[in-house]
Amino acid sequence: MKTLQELTAIKEEMRREMALRLGKEADGAKYRKHVLMCGGTGCTSSGSMKIADELENQLKAKGIDNEIFVVRTGCFGLCERGPIMIVYPEGSFYTHVKMEMIDRIVDEHLIGGKPVKEFLYDETVTEGSDDIKSLNETTFYAKQHRVALRNCGLINPENINEYIGRSGYEALHKVLTSMTPEEVIQEILDSGLRGRGGGGFPTGMKWKLARNIVPDADIKYVCCNADEGDPGAFMDRSVLEGDPHVVLEAMTIAGFAIGASQGYIYVRAEYPIAVQRLRIAIKQAREAGMLGNDIFGTGFSFDIDLRLGAGAFVCGEETALMTSIEGNRGEPRPRPPFPAEKGLYQKPTILNNVETYANVPQIILKGAKWYASMGTETAKGTKVFALGGKIKNTGLVEIPMGTTLREIIEEIGGGIPNGKKFKAAQAGGPSGGCIPAEHYDVSVDYDSLAKIGCMIGSGGLIVLDEDNCMVDIAKFFLQFTMDESCGKCTPCRIGTKRLYEILDKITSGNGELSDLDKLEELCQYIKANSLCGLGQTAPNPVLSTLRFFRDEYIAHIVDKKCPAGVCKSLLQYVIDKDKCVGCGMCAKQCPASAIERTDYIAPNHKLASFEINQTKCVKCGACMAQCRPKAIGKQ
Amino acid sequence: MSDMVNVKINGFAVQVPKGSTVLEAARAASVTIPTLCYLKDINEIGACRMCMVEAAEMRGPNLGPARMVAACVYPVTEGMEVQTNSPKVLDSRRKTMELLLSNHDMKCLSCVRSKNCELQRLANDLGITNAETYKGERTEYAIDDSAPHMFRDNNKCILCRRCVAACAKTQGIGVIGANERGFITNIGSQFNKPLAETACVSCGQCITVCPTGALSEKDFTDDVFKAIADPTKHVVVQTAPSVRAGLGECFGLPIGTNVEGKMVAALRRLGFDVVTDTNYAADLTILEEGTELIERVTNNGVLPMITSCSPGWVKFLEHYFPDLIPNLSTCKSPQQMQGAVIKTYYAEKMGWDPKDIVSVSVMPCTAKKFEIGRPDQAASGYPDVDIALTTRELGRMIDRAGIDFNSLPDEKFDDPLGIYTGGGLIFGATGGVMEAALRFAVEKITGEKLANDKVDFKEVRGIEGIKEAAYTAGGLTVKVAVASGLANARKLMEKVRAGEADYQFIEIMACPGGCVNGGGQPIQPASVRNFTDLRAERAKALYSVDAKMELRKSQDNPAIQALYKEYLGEPGGHKAHELLHTSYVARKVHF
Amino acid sequence: MAKKIATIPFTGTAEQEQELRATIDALREDPGCLMPIMQKAQEIYGYLPIEVQTLIAEELNIPLEKVFGVATFYAQFTMSPKGKYRISVCLGTACYVKGSGIVMEKLEEALGIESGEITQDGKFSLDDCRCVGACGLAPVVTINDDVYGRLTGSLKEVQDILAKYAD
Repeated sequence: MKTLQELTAIKEEMRREMALRLGKEADGAKYRKHVLMCGGTGCTSSGSMKIADELENQLKAKGIDNEIFVVRTGCFGLCERGPIMIVYPEGSFYTHVKMEMIDRIVDEHLIGGKPVKEFLYDETVTEGSDDIKSLNETTFYAKQHRVALRNCGLINPENINEYIGRSGYEALHKVLTSMTPEEVIQEILDSGLRGRGGGGFPTGMKWKLARNIVPDADIKYVCCNADEGDPGAFMDRSVLEGDPHVVLEAMTIAGFAIGASQGYIYVRAEYPIAVQRLRIAIKQAREAGMLGNDIFGTGFSFDIDLRLGAGAFVCGEETALMTSIEGNRGEPRPRPPFPAEKGLYQKPTILNNVETYANVPQIILKGAKWYASMGTETAKGTKVFALGGKIKNTGLVEIPMGTTLREIIEEIGGGIPNGKKFKAAQAGGPSGGCIPAEHYDVSVDYDSLAKIGCMIGSGGLIVLDEDNCMVDIAKFFLQFTMDESCGKCTPCRIGTKRLYEILDKITSGNGELSDLDKLEELCQYIKANSLCGLGQTAPNPVLSTLRFFRDEYIAHIVDKKCPAGVCKSLLQYVIDKDKCVGCGMCAKQCPASAIERTDYIAPNHKLASFEINQTKCVKCGACMAQCRPKAIGKQ
Repeated sequence: MSDMVNVKINGFAVQVPKGSTVLEAARAASVTIPTLCYLKDINEIGACRMCMVEAAEMRGPNLGPARMVAACVYPVTEGMEVQTNSPKVLDSRRKTMELLLSNHDMKCLSCVRSKNCELQRLANDLGITNAETYKGERTEYAIDDSAPHMFRDNNKCILCRRCVAACAKTQGIGVIGANERGFITNIGSQFNKPLAETACVSCGQCITVCPTGALSEKDFTDDVFKAIADPTKHVVVQTAPSVRAGLGECFGLPIGTNVEGKMVAALRRLGFDVVTDTNYAADLTILEEGTELIERVTNNGVLPMITSCSPGWVKFLEHYFPDLIPNLSTCKSPQQMQGAVIKTYYAEKMGWDPKDIVSVSVMPCTAKKFEIGRPDQAASGYPDVDIALTTRELGRMIDRAGIDFNSLPDEKFDDPLGIYTGGGLIFGATGGVMEAALRFAVEKITGEKLANDKVDFKEVRGIEGIKEAAYTAGGLTVKVAVASGLANARKLMEKVRAGEADYQFIEIMACPGGCVNGGGQPIQPASVRNFTDLRAERAKALYSVDAKMELRKSQDNPAIQALYKEYLGEPGGHKAHELLHTSYVARKVHF
Repeated sequence: MAKKIATIPFTGTAEQEQELRATIDALREDPGCLMPIMQKAQEIYGYLPIEVQTLIAEELNIPLEKVFGVATFYAQFTMSPKGKYRISVCLGTACYVKGSGIVMEKLEEALGIESGEITQDGKFSLDDCRCVGACGLAPVVTINDDVYGRLTGSLKEVQDILAKYAD
């Protein structure tokens, strides 16, 4: 492909076919309906690809495979309800789809024209009415504003033409044929786009530095951080799985802007689907001339290679990532020099994460003003969050910066299940902190969260309810950072270990009040003195829980109690002697022989009750699981 | 001036060159910032965080907020204000130290580096009063005593990685490195194998850069004391050229002080029966090696010929370039030649049975401990050298014996094995063997006496890693190369292997700068190493004496002339070959 | 926990070696080729024993210690073979707060091994893993390519799952 005409021709043809998915009828479209089956990791894990195969088999068997088009897409976002299937043009939203449902969906809906109501997402169906809401009208989707995710769940990521049908590679054409590198950088600067990986550094500034700081650099690199490592965050994976070309296009634009001709995507090996789709996308882009030499006949050349991470969280740190691409232990290097000056192989390098790149083509096409009109004063645009933990709608959502936490959790996320109370949201993973109920209405953006000692990080948002112990959560994250510390600098290597030990001491019931001061001092020291971002942010979960949930720490230390009933050492399993029927099942189950019969017989019972010898008890909970009269409880 | 930067250190203004680090700027302001991991040029990794200071930089027209930065690697910027001793900085240093100590065995009383330990000294300087603030789980390791020359005790390791840099970067070997990650990160070898099962060459450079007692030479001082006390033994000692240039550092003398006279006096007071000088055998080496070279050049032998004085280098070649073994001179090293002469010629002269001689050497080198155990190093039927000590061990013996080194008189070596020329003396510095050989070869080729003002071959002197020169004498042009430090040696050998080198003679020393900077020399802390060139300072102590000597050419050594006349016959002759030459073995890199 | 190094004898075949050498030849010009080669080697052999790492070091002319240093740094590399069925328990945040720690305990109990170990018969190996991104299914366990989600953490449940891998 060398010209805009060729690109436009493909786009127009694809638009006709894909119009159905936007709820529009289109003249001359080949298919009557498109059935979109989610092929993201979540749904694939629940067998969605086998269901898609079954669907195609049935369509063939029933002779309508030329009328109905089955599309395997990336993630729709509402992973909680997977496997997910959407039927367009009506936008019928089937959730928890199972193999055995396919028969009826084909017969009744695809042939008969009547959606199978009982299989549809409950919110889209109204009792006693035939009106069925489309996917886009559900609260989960209606409040979202999809920029980075605009193609996820809408296109077949393994077909470059579907991407082109959604204006793909138009931004690249525009940049290469009508803009100077300086203009591209200015556009990104004006858009206010900031790094979506955690740091929040202005993207345009990064590009500008890399373009100018070493004027006579012979080689420069564009890198993409797809080593998403925050536990509980999976937005980058979803973009790679659902819309890989957007990353390739954005990186090529960045290459033009800074004057680079080689890009690397550093992607987690634990994301096999994303890796596979990236490989396909790179191959297709090369074949289409969107990567390689003389793109669009402009003389600009750029290519991209994949590098697979091998399981080291620290490689999300920019210098560690580059050290790793170079084939070394992924240990960070001191900065300065910054990568814009000396990055990969000591050459000027920019590194942005997947979500950041995913915004770039839209900014080029629609303009910086459009992008900057979303969000807040200091945080422009949208942000993708991965909702997880104790929340109904586990999944991915993209919302304008500045949406309140309450809106995200209560409205889009559907609130807390099982009638439990919201206790806190953990944002930013191991680098972030907890937002307690008193800040439920905080505007979710870089600065507002920073003010309460928290951060957006890469966008993981884990909801915690009253059953979660905050000291345990802090310990969980410290275990994580301790295990993932590269071991190079003293504060992180030994400091996080000691932090963990103090937390362990507290959750084991051996804490002293002076430990709190020790924790706090050590946290401040590690923050200020660590070599890289991993160490500098590792204490945040501790500091944040100390700030908002100090009483829970004190309960562990002074009362030797875990209010949420999580910390094993502080738990006691107790048999209610009046409820106990004396069956002895618990004693049989007990691996520590800690349960013995007493000589007390409760009124109306025939057998003597049992009791637990607390010094022998290992707190495995086996007795409680076995007790039919529910006479055993935790204290 | 735009290439100078104005900064303030603790409020005092100082001007330093652009690109200077905060550490260097502080030094210019007479302030020392403590460091542990930092070694200039080879280990600038900012890992230990001991050097953290508060620095505020200009943001537009105003001074920005102060942040903690690593002084060792952080570059100064115009207008920067640095606080090196604020409460925050002092607290940071203490916490870093307390954390390091929480994973350290703290067995200072039984540690070889006590009194000369950077960690111990710093803990003391920082006023650490409770070393157990962060007491917790410790990583525990078995001590690796597999190698003939050293111990590795990871229980004392603080993961500064200076040894890793010395091994991988300076020496281009990399048999030790960081393994695992996080709290259990440790320095070790592949698959946690003992050092003896690696291609370690025993150079000891790792020991000289270790700030703690994690790496140390194997100490044989007790064996020497025992031998001296044994009335049935004749204990003969020899000292290498470089020992006199380093030993004074053990007693607080300035780096580069030549303490030959006091050293001889101390050795006598320790009770050695005969005190000899390896310089004697260095002169002998020149005659043997020079003859071998001329032989190879004139009879189409294997060229370039490469020196074999440095046992670390020899082992390196055997491991990594076994195909070049034919290029190696067959001459034993001076240590082994001296030992061979002691147990044959000298024993006969004295009427001693060689089995009753304990031959002790004092060397700037740890690889010598390995060399004495090599096969084909026993001219008399008994090992040429029985015990090889390092300069450090000799320093320790003198201390242990209560000898007040600095007040000793200057004494002379015993004759005849203590007689030497300037040629032998300069063996201790890189290029020294080459220069002494040139002094011999030029005279030999031209057949004319070389006057003392014509014996300086300055092109091959100096601390440069690789030096090349070409000399024409008697119509014959000799191309030579000199390398020190094994990373440099590797570069040179790759050229030789590829056939891209047309040298006739190459001198290689395993340690950068040659033996004066050997792995057995006194250990200087990083605070000294980073700002003083040990190689150059110690070499000066040798060259300055050579310049003033009457006898500067090895072939002029009257004792060596007598040795050939009375005992060996011709240089390179049958008997010389039997006693003074050796053989080599190809070794594996992987075990 | 330090990486376990298996002591079982190496049983690599000539075909495997040929495949590894071909991989090295294809990648060796790239200065950052070490990790891609190690990843491919692990794919070929299932793990990275000293014989395999030595071959890589020799071919790339780098110290074996460097290869080992990289192998022990990254969680993905293993120096002991994995079971026929590789069980991974996700200990990511979303899974953890929904009880994946308990699922791990039950698996350890059912298999009689600890995380990071392999059963005597070589059938199962058990590891924890970082977030696999299937947070919607939390808590999640994967066995080779099969995914089990929304687990409750009872012993019976994990026993039932393991029973599916009877062969």
